Amino acid sequence: MTEFSPLSATIGGLLIGASSVMMLVLNGRIAGISGVVGGLFRPATSDRAWRLWFIIGLLGGGLALAWAHPDAFGPGSSSSLPMLAVAGLLVGVGTRLGGGCTSGHGVCGISRLSKRSMLATVLFMTSAAATVFVSHHLIGA
Amino acid sequence: MDRQRLVSLLAGVVFAVGLGVGGMTDPRKVLAFLDVWGHWDPSLAFVMTGAIAVYAPLYRAGTSRRVPLLAPRWYLPARGDIDARLIVGALVFGVGWGLGGFCPGPAVVSVMSGGQGAIVFAIAMVVGMAVVELRPRRADRAPGPGPS
Repeated sequence: MTEFSPLSATIGGLLIGASSVMMLVLNGRIAGISGVVGGLFRPATSDRAWRLWFIIGLLGGGLALAWAHPDAFGPGSSSSLPMLAVAGLLVGVGTRLGGGCTSGHGVCGISRLSKRSMLATVLFMTSAAATVFVSHHLIGA
Repeated sequence: MDRQRLVSLLAGVVFAVGLGVGGMTDPRKVLAFLDVWGHWDPSLAFVMTGAIAVYAPLYRAGTSRRVPLLAPRWYLPARGDIDARLIVGALVFGVGWGLGGFCPGPAVVSVMSGGQGAIVFAIAMVVGMAVVELRPRRADRAPGPGPS
């Protein structure tokens, strides 16, 4: 069980929104993480530099969190390593097939009133909740 | 440094801190948010609404300019059609998110926590992305760049 934390969640959301606005207004880009990372593998792309800098920024922010606010990571995942490998693979494949993740579809796409993003967000939220229901309440303890 | 790269670097840092402060980098928090039929913790809905509250109003104002402030053109998704790829991809992503508790941003950021599970997840995720991006595509179903 976790504690309801609407204030810190809202502050986090405002920061994510501010970061995404920076990327949009200054660089003209959508701050969708799966797209930023996935784009590194597109052949003949000449725009790897900004992607790498953004990812370095994410890692730098992660380092800052690990140093100043390690609670942000909690005790880590309780899933087994093989399960996490499968889960990671599904997230990687799914977000690139579906053209976005929680940030690109969930935040940027919904804000742009994109039908694709609204549908994708409903679908991944629903399948994620269904997965937790099955794994925690039907199969798990 | 090129100003666009500096913006990307700073935006990455702010994004990561936002994810961490908001609770997205704690898989317990994520799974509690997704556990609608258990001890549901709706906190993370506030992360999304907070981000949209900033982005949505500024999206319109920001993109009313002919070009972005630092870039020569806009790089925005133009597609509006719903296809099977979108539906299957979103459903598959959700299953992985529900199993692991990480979506792509938190997966990258959590690598720096040094947690073994987060590192395994992030490596597998990047492999999955590479598989989709690198596979040969038939011309009749070229997906084009998505929004994220």
